[in-house]
Amino acid sequence: MPNMYTSVGYEAYGEYDVFAKGQEAMAPAENTIARGHSLYAFPNSNEGYELAKADSTNPYETDYDAIRGKALYDIYCGICHGNQGKGNGYLVANEKILGVPSYDAREITVGSVYHVIYFGKNTMGSYANQLNEEERWQVSAYVMNLREALIQN
Amino acid sequence: MIHSLSLNLFRKSRTAGFLILTFLASSLWAQDADPAKGKSLFNTNCAACHQLDKKMTGPALRNVETRLSETEGLDRTWLYAWIRNSAGMIKSGDAYANKIYTEYNNSAMTAFPQLSDTELNDILAYTAQPKAAPVTQATSDVVGGGVPSTGGADNNQILLAGLALLFGLLAIGLFMVRKTLHRFAMANDIDLPVDKPKSTPIWIAFAQNQFLVLVTAIFFLLASGYFVYGFLMQIGIDQGYEPVQPIHYSHKIHAGENKIDCNYCHSSARVSKHSGIPSLNICMNCHKSIYEYNGPTTAEYTKDFYDNEIKKLYKAVGWDDANQVYTGKTQPVKWVRIHNLPDFAYFNHSQHVTVAGIECQTCHGPVEEMEIMSQYAPLTMGWCINCHRETNVKVTDNAYYDKIHDELSKKYGVEELTAAQMGGLECGKCHY
Ligand code: HEC
Ligand code: HEC
Ligand code: HEC
Ligand code: HEC
Ligand code: HEC
Ligand code: HEC
Ligand code: HEC
Repeated sequence: MPNMYTSVGYEAYGEYDVFAKGQEAMAPAENTIARGHSLYAFPNSNEGYELAKADSTNPYETDYDAIRGKALYDIYCGICHGNQGKGNGYLVANEKILGVPSYDAREITVGSVYHVIYFGKNTMGSYANQLNEEERWQVSAYVMNLREALIQN
Repeated sequence: MIHSLSLNLFRKSRTAGFLILTFLASSLWAQDADPAKGKSLFNTNCAACHQLDKKMTGPALRNVETRLSETEGLDRTWLYAWIRNSAGMIKSGDAYANKIYTEYNNSAMTAFPQLSDTELNDILAYTAQPKAAPVTQATSDVVGGGVPSTGGADNNQILLAGLALLFGLLAIGLFMVRKTLHRFAMANDIDLPVDKPKSTPIWIAFAQNQFLVLVTAIFFLLASGYFVYGFLMQIGIDQGYEPVQPIHYSHKIHAGENKIDCNYCHSSARVSKHSGIPSLNICMNCHKSIYEYNGPTTAEYTKDFYDNEIKKLYKAVGWDDANQVYTGKTQPVKWVRIHNLPDFAYFNHSQHVTVAGIECQTCHGPVEEMEIMSQYAPLTMGWCINCHRETNVKVTDNAYYDKIHDELSKKYGVEELTAAQMGGLECGKCHY
């Protein structure tokens, strides 16, 4: 009998027979885009990466907020790349993860950083499901700031 | 001379010969190459894709130079050229370059034109070093945990036995003293009181005193009422609930020792009602590279135990670690849910984490010390309300609050508003 402790509606992370394997947590249906997101033009390949590097402009350029960018960067990227982007984050300093580059050692643009956050690159994974579109651009712009600071020093 | 010596030794024992050979090899390098420098160059430039003994994005590189010269007849100049510009080599039609490129699914190796000959020699010297034997690991395991924990148990038992012995001795001692005194009295002809005058037994006296009966009855009623109330208040409260999870995932190791931010995994806490449990691709962001556990261990949680848990993760996502590919065979991990409010109460993480700026630990306790996750707070209504009464709303830098803050602070005559004064006690905020 339905009651108010456990309602008829499905709860997040529940197990219900209507879903495949009973698993409620699912990826979005194919060929759909969630509200507030838009299509990303560049494919997940070496060519897509080069195109993104050459072409893209930051659609959120005017909304850039360094404080937000830093907060998000420190959560998701700093643990490997270090909060200054020198490639010496906590996991790297303790030799848990190796081969994280310093941003000034790579020829990157805001578009290529976005591509890397979106799809990942080699051992670096994708961060597309932890950061939404606007947040990804905030972080990309912040990475370019860090890179500039590194080059100047 | 050295040559014959090494040959002699070689006959005696293989390991000794091996040692000499590597000694020779490293002394050869010693003139121009420094494996220690090579190690740091390797870690910054190459380790993203290569490891010495394990296939990653690229091949395992221990002794590449020997391997390539023995199997392919390629020398160091080929290696220089490849590392500085592998794409160029592939384009130029070099046979082996094309072979290895297709073998690795056309993944491109980064070009390193900036590395000098000396630097490349350092790196190659590092790859030529012999593999370290895992002897130290075993000993550190034992020191790490086994000794103190069993020692603790022993100590307690010894303490208990000692106490028991002491009490036994005391009892015997008292008995003896009494006996001697008695004999002493008999010997000195002292009259010991033998029979007390008959009196009413204490319980009858008690039953006859009505006042006492009443008081005790009230006492018992109150006490049992107290316990029944306490028992009923327990219902639906799962404080300390600590289920066994399908993968022994340790917050102590991740959030504590390795300082990973809570939001890295529970990324929806910033923006939504739920904190969310991370999907397995998030685990693989790190565990593609971290395939074994090398942190501190205890007798209960050994390195083997942890390594096995990482294998469970690989099995669940369908990651074939030996070949570095996803097999596509996945099994969802059924994490056991710990915190769960009844559905008639509404709780939103982003309101507390992002708007109010409350630390996760205020509500979830010292998570970074929990080897096994458990429920820290009672999650009762009283708990929510208490905090709303005591905690101030963070109004600075929040334009949303400008107007309402001015009005309410005039109304209550205070500068700082608590969540309760802001309306955090209204039933409808949490029940609807
Ligand atoms: C688990 C560790 C880890 C985390 C976390 C991480 N990265 Fe990386 N990142 C790497 C590694 C390893 C590489 C080297 C990849 C390669 O080129 O082989 C890399 C490379 C990069 C590059 C250079 C790629 C290029 O074009 O050459 C950029 C830019 C980058 N990361 C940005 C980010 C951003 C932004 C975040 C946060 C959203 C982030 N990384 C989080 C490990 C990490
Ligand atoms: C971005 C990833 C990446 C990085 C960084 C990288 N490599 Fe590679 N490497 C590869 C891949 C992938 C291959 C296999 C060939 C191919 O697909 O291009 C390879 C092949 C090789 C080979 C040939 C091995 C064999 O068995 O034939 C050598 C030698 C080598 N790399 C050395 C290095 C050195 C030295 C560095 C650092 C200075 C380095 N690599 C950095 C990806 C990488
Ligand atoms: C590396 C990823 C990761 C990090 C970092 C992490 N967690 Fe978790 N957390 C998990 C996983 C996976 C679970 C589910 C398994 C379990 O309950 O042990 C979980 C479960 C929880 C739960 C219990 C959820 C339930 O079922 O009710 C709480 C509370 C929690 N985490 C809080 C935190 C806090 C606070 C931090 C930061 C100190 C943190 N986590 C850091 C991955 C992570
Ligand atoms: C940001 C990087 C990172 C992420 C994300 C991550 N781990 Fe880990 N994990 C580590 C590190 C670092 C260690 C310790 C390795 C060592 O000390 O050698 C570890 C150790 C482990 C271990 C062995 C110790 C233990 O906790 O039992 C398991 C199992 C494990 N991780 C499972 C997971 C699971 C499941 C997830 C996803 C919810 C996850 N990890 C996400 C970095 C990460
Ligand atoms: C104000 C107290 C409070 C704070 C602060 C808080 N939580 Fe929670 N958390 C709760 C309550 C209450 C629940 C139970 C929610 C439910 O059942 O609907 C919960 C549930 C969870 C769960 C289980 C899954 C879910 O979303 O229902 C996780 C994971 C979690 N919290 C992680 C975190 C993390 C990580 C942080 C910090 C970023 C955090 N919490 C901050 C009170 C809090
Ligand atoms: C650690 C203290 C703390 C605890 C525990 C806590 N809250 Fe809150 N809560 C706050 C603060 C502070 C605010 C004000 C946030 C803001 O600025 O809007 C708030 C706001 C709220 C609001 C919005 C109120 C409004 O006026 O819009 C709701 C709903 C709420 N909490 C529900 C809960 C529930 C349900 C629980 C118990 C499961 C809980 N809270 C436990 C501190 C707490
Ligand atoms: C800050 C959030 C909050 C506010 C405000 C609040 N409640 Fe609750 N209430 C809760 C939570 C959370 C529970 C669930 C406690 C539990 O599971 O033990 C609860 C449980 C209850 C229950 C018990 C239901 C049951 O069967 O267990 C009643 C009745 C109730 N609330 C009535 C009220 C009334 C009436 C008001 C207004 C005066 C009110 N609540 C205001 C959070 C709140």
